[in-house]
Parts: sequence; C-alpha cells; structure tokens
Amino acid sequence: MIDVAVVAFAQRQEAAISGESEVEFMVPLMEQAKASVGLTQSDMGFTCSGSSDFLAGQAFSFVMTIDGTGPVPPISESHVEQDGAWALYEAWVKIQCGGIDTAFVYGYGKSSPGSVRDVLATQMDPYYVCPLWPDSYAIEALAARLMLEGGHVSENRLAEIAARSRAGAASNPHAVRSEPKSVAEILAEDYAIDPLRPSDLPAEADGGCAVVLAAGDRARELCERPAWIRGIDHRSDAHTLGVRDLTSSASARLAAHHAGAAGDKIDLAELHGPFTTSEHLLIDALGLNEDSTAVNPSGGALAANTMMASGLIRIGEAASRIWRGDGDRAVAHAASGPCLQQNMVCVLEGD
Amino acid sequence: MSPDSAAARDPLAAPAALSAPVTLPGALAGAEPVESVCTPIRMTYTYTPGRALSRYLRAMAGKRILGERCGATGQVFVPPRGVSPLAGAATSEAVELADTGYVESFNITRVPIERRPDLEPPYCSAWIVLDGASVGFLGLVIDIAPEEVRIGMRVRAVWKPDEELETSAANILGWAPTGEPDEVITDYERIGRVEASDR
Repeated sequence: MIDVAVVAFAQRQEAAISGESEVEFMVPLMEQAKASVGLTQSDMGFTCSGSSDFLAGQAFSFVMTIDGTGPVPPISESHVEQDGAWALYEAWVKIQCGGIDTAFVYGYGKSSPGSVRDVLATQMDPYYVCPLWPDSYAIEALAARLMLEGGHVSENRLAEIAARSRAGAASNPHAVRSEPKSVAEILAEDYAIDPLRPSDLPAEADGGCAVVLAAGDRARELCERPAWIRGIDHRSDAHTLGVRDLTSSASARLAAHHAGAAGDKIDLAELHGPFTTSEHLLIDALGLNEDSTAVNPSGGALAANTMMASGLIRIGEAASRIWRGDGDRAVAHAASGPCLQQNMVCVLEGD
Repeated sequence: MSPDSAAARDPLAAPAALSAPVTLPGALAGAEPVESVCTPIRMTYTYTPGRALSRYLRAMAGKRILGERCGATGQVFVPPRGVSPLAGAATSEAVELADTGYVESFNITRVPIERRPDLEPPYCSAWIVLDGASVGFLGLVIDIAPEEVRIGMRVRAVWKPDEELETSAANILGWAPTGEPDEVITDYERIGRVEASDR
C-alpha cells in the first residue's frame, strides 16, 4: 500500500452564493489549495471532481468547472456525480495504481438555485418512490420517528447533538448556522417537520472545497505534518428504504470496520450527518466514545451542508486539525443518499 | 409431474405462487389492468449566470458583445465564463468586440427540431469567430442560401429591433454576409482549436 496524505485544503461555504457561477467561485479555492503547497496544475498527476447536474440544473455542468483547473495541455481527469469525498477515493485509488505522487480533488454545489428537497427526491427509485416526490426532510423525519418510538434515541439527545454543533460552529468562519443555543432552547423550538426541529436540520449552503493529496516523500516535502490516510472504505445500503433498518447504519458500520476506525484512541471525528439523527446513528456505527473523541469540532454538516462538498470538507477539516497538532488520529466520514444510504470512512493520522 | 418438481429442476422457472392466476378482490372486479404509468419530472431553478456572463448579457441589451481577456495568454473568450481554461485563472478584463467576424465551420440542418418551429429547414448554424476573439461561438447564418455558406465567409450580426432588445443573446437574430472578401484560412487543422500561445 502506498502512503497517501491530505496536504492542502481550501473551502468556502455561504448560505447562498448568488453573484458567482460555480467555476467563478471555485477558481480562487483551487488556486488557494494548490498555492498553499507551492504546486500548480501541471504538478498534479491526476484531478478528480464531484458535483451534480441535478443541483446545477444543467447537463454536463462539471465540464465548465474543469476550465478552472487550466486543463491545457490536456490533464488526466475524472468526475464523480457524488460528493467530492468519492472523488478523493478515486484519486487515492489512482495513486495506489502507481506512477503518480500527487492528485487534486474538488467538490462543489449550489443548493440555492432550486429546491434541494425536491432535487433530492429524484435520487429515490424512479418507479415507485420518486413519482411521489417525497420531501427529503420528510423521509428523514419518518426515520427519526422510527428511532424515537423504538427507543433508539431521545429528543433530548438530538437537542444535545444540535447544541454541540452550534458550539463548534461558533469558531468556524465557514459555518452558516453558528449562533449558540442551549439544549433547553432547542427543545423549546417548534417542530419544523415533526419530530425534527429547525436545529435538527442541516443549514443548507452553497460552496465548495479543494484538496491536494500527495504520496510518501512528496507529502513530507509539501507538508510539515501530513495527514496520512491510514484507511479508507465506502459501503452502500440498499436503495429501497423499505428493505432497510433505518434505526441503524449497517453500511457505515461496515465502512468503519474496513477503514480500521475501531481500536486505538480517536482524537476527533468529522461526521457528515446532515441531521441530528444521522449524527447519532453514525456515532454508534463508528463506535465512537464521545468522552475521548471530539465529535464535529467544526460544527459538522448541521452547521453548513454544501451538497457535493460537505463530505470532502469533513476530510479537509479533520486533516487541518492534524496539521495543526489538534489531534494525532482522526476519523472523517462522508455520506450520500437518503437516510445515510452510502457511507465513506477515512482514518487520518499524523506522524 | 407437479409444478414444484419442475421448479426444482429449472432454477429459472417462476415459483408456483407467482405462476398462479391473480385473483382480484371483488371491489376491483372488471378494473382495467395498469400496464404502464407516465411520471413526468419537472424542477424549477432560478439560474444565476455569474459575474462574467451577467456582464455579457447586460451588454447584449445595448447591442454590444463583451468578451473577456486572459491575463496570462492574451486570449479573448466569448461568451465569457469568467475563467481562462488555458491559464486556469479568472479573467477580469472585459473586451468589447465588433459584431463582425467570419464563419470558421458550419452545418446545414435539413430535418426539423421538435419545439423549434422558428428554425425552418434547411438552415445553417455556424461557428463564428468575431473580430478580436480567440474562440468562435454558435450562430445562425441568415440572408443567404445555406448552400452558398462557406468557411471564411465574412458575416455581421443582425440584431432585433431596438424596442425588442433584452438581456439575452437571442438579441442576435443571426449573422448575414457582409460581402467582404473571405478570410483566407490556410491551416484547417487549427479550426476549432485554441492554442496556448499569443495569436
């Protein structure tokens, strides 16, 4: 196995970026990430991006954003219609194949041009579920109802998760929802979509992020304390909600096992749980001990949920903390699909 | 031979329960079976074109064509996307272009397109390089029989009447021949390409 590390990260998240196109706001992020380690596009062995035409409302929308990388002369490049975390996975596999020691990865999305809750309905099965246009938040609320009535979680626990996110987000300049609230204040909120309160829902954001990966000695040259990817794995639950147990996350558990997340002490975890219920399920599936692991010190996806970037941002946030020495071992998680259908777990370590 | 033993021999045979005839409840007696459903998908977006295209579209309302220059290579892109693919950097300098240019490549369409009754075949769509631009963009060649269109032919924009102008590229109805001598194109390999060096 070739040692691969996250060596650079840049992000931007705002409630709505209305004045700039995707490529216009991504170009400065791409430049910032590459420049922070003194690289240019011609230094990159591979480039991979994650975005969604369904969010952009345009076919092949990712092609216009590739222009921002400066793909002349032609570059080795790929795209996933997924969160950028899956683009990072593809880049990691590419580096494992040998022959290159750097890769550039980015993910971005704008939720503001359309109704993201309708857009997400289109990812359901196209025959029986999608034609009903199930509101994506309502589906999460149904799962939350199952969890509450089955005794898997309490409303108080969900409010504690929401309060923790807000507390973490207070020091994160990229957070969209960062005003602190106590558990009691959150429990006093009216239901937004019963049984979920406004603080249980993700703060939708527009934005993106860019990451540089480097292998072995190249990573040590570029970064004083590289965030080494010690394990990475992604798994998927069934597409059909009716055949799944929505009160746990089998695929997250499996991904965590294969990524080697269990065992040693984990200093911090950045989890892509857009809802308080998803964060609760993930803590259980990844076997995290909240007394010894700082969970979502950035505020997580509750504080800013940028479609197609939020998972990659979790990896970037975890890596940044390792560079700074805030921790030695971190777990980053990315999710996709309804009710945590797809999960990726990435274990990062500093030397 | 019972159906069960047939299934035991052939793993692809339908289970007995599925091969049994379906019995409808009385309330559905005589109902027409559903054989297919149509489930249209429609989503509404509020598209924002971004900084560079917004400038371009606003200029269109005044019958002006705005491109943007790449600071690194000097190339001028139109319509501008706010970025130079050659440099991988933002373009910032707006460049006003003439509404004249030449046909770099073209196509004659002889079949109608559904929902575009305004495009009556045969018509000629062309890749038009504006004077001062480094890349071409798509337009219709009008006021000439499609068979007479040729590579290198000089054209000028035909604009909508002033009172109908909008912030839209549709303000250009098409491109008509100017009657000037054709551009001489010696390097056909170059057509459709943008070189990564100053022109």
